[in-house]
Amino acid sequence: MVHSDPISTDNEGEQRDSESRLQQVLLGGHFAVTAELNAPDSADPKDVYANAQALGDVCDGINATDGSGANCHMSSVACCALMAKAGYEPVLQVSCRDRNRIAIQGDLLGAAALGVHNVLCLTGDDVSAGDQPQSRRVFDFDALHLLRTAAIMRDRGVFLSGRKLTTPPRFFLGAAANPFVPPQDLRHLRLAKKIEAGAEFIQTQYCYDVPIFEAFMRRVRDMGLHERVHILVGVGPLRSERAAEFMRSRVPGVHIPDAVVERLAKTPRKQKREEGIRICVEIIEQVRQIEGVQGVHIMAYRQEEAVPEIVERAGITRRVAMKEERPATTKSGLKD
Amino acid sequence: MPGSEWLKNRPRLLEAVYAASKSALRLLHPLLKRVAPAGWRERVFVWSEEVSKGYLFNCQMCGQCILHSTGMTCPMNCPKNLRNGPCGGVRQNGHCEVIPEMPCVWVQAWRRDALMGRYGGEVRVLQPPVNRELQNSSAWLNLLDGVDVERPPGWSTIELEEIESG
Repeated sequence: MVHSDPISTDNEGEQRDSESRLQQVLLGGHFAVTAELNAPDSADPKDVYANAQALGDVCDGINATDGSGANCHMSSVACCALMAKAGYEPVLQVSCRDRNRIAIQGDLLGAAALGVHNVLCLTGDDVSAGDQPQSRRVFDFDALHLLRTAAIMRDRGVFLSGRKLTTPPRFFLGAAANPFVPPQDLRHLRLAKKIEAGAEFIQTQYCYDVPIFEAFMRRVRDMGLHERVHILVGVGPLRSERAAEFMRSRVPGVHIPDAVVERLAKTPRKQKREEGIRICVEIIEQVRQIEGVQGVHIMAYRQEEAVPEIVERAGITRRVAMKEERPATTKSGLKD
Repeated sequence: MPGSEWLKNRPRLLEAVYAASKSALRLLHPLLKRVAPAGWRERVFVWSEEVSKGYLFNCQMCGQCILHSTGMTCPMNCPKNLRNGPCGGVRQNGHCEVIPEMPCVWVQAWRRDALMGRYGGEVRVLQPPVNRELQNSSAWLNLLDGVDVERPPGWSTIELEEIESG
């Protein structure tokens, strides 16, 4: 990787000594679990804590979305700062939709100062996907510009303009991948580009189609990419066939095979939620067997309470050693 | 517009035209600089690019043309302005997330890149951020003057290192 060559940096040496607990888990060879926090439509920090609480005990990182689906919620920087303060391990999602390069670089510094060590660099859903499609779309950067700029700030200690930072941020940098949409046969090449731009971990779009994902991973392995980046597979429980239909028709980039929708449709109404969780657990069990998969990223939209159950039923064991590596989370109820 | 789709799907022909134009203009450029004032050059080039590249590629006049690195498909037609696409929002039919009736320009770019000879494979190159100051200026003159390859200083620190380390 380009950025692991410590050439002429002031903060060399420090650079690999990451403060990211998520990175430590992945480098330790453990199967990592991250989950998505639903950023509240609220000015009350308690709402962030309430959503994070269900996730904190079973996750190695909690993603705070940045206006997911182009809908406005509490900002990801604020959610992450609150989570960091409470001892959680936040993953800051940054989208290029709403801010230009000046704002983004400022936010990266601010987030680092507030204790954020993980950044997920995204292009972002278009404004037309959300409830304020009248907005101006920015997209000054794309996800790869964002990745590399964050890497430049960290490794070179400068802004994109070349102006020096007094203290550079120390980030574990991530990116998204969506193997499930066209051009499926070329998606691994864009992943390679993201690694070149600085991605160290990947969280994929929702996986409901394991054969497509397997084919993607074969190409990834053929290029040796799985040895250069930590891959976490996106999963999530579907509440009903209606929720599935909504997601695949309205949420950009989500592919759900008919078989999954039909399975939910056939399930009696009161058992649909349970069936959705069962499907999610099955998918986790399947993707875990694929070489190069190092974790899962659980996106349980408005179902945070289901996440601990999913982790437990998927048989993902939480190691004692990992608890000790997470001194800040002194919460009870960690599962072994 | 009539014929432009036919041409767009012949990236090999277009890249040959591009390469020939580049050689010709590189030869002519010193002469042009001597006989034509800068303002005149800019106006004539901008006008001719608006007409020719507008017709061929639906050119958005970003002033830093990378067509030969994107399968001779203009990336600025992407509603998200991606320089390193496609994004994860592509529809199952290969169309754009934002404009459902439009094929994703980046899916087209990757497909056409695979058909190209001289510049084929360049779509894998990581493209730097767009220099918005060059909007509405002549990409040809920016290329001849070397303006289009200028990078933000921070970005250059990494690119230079890549060149040195091979």
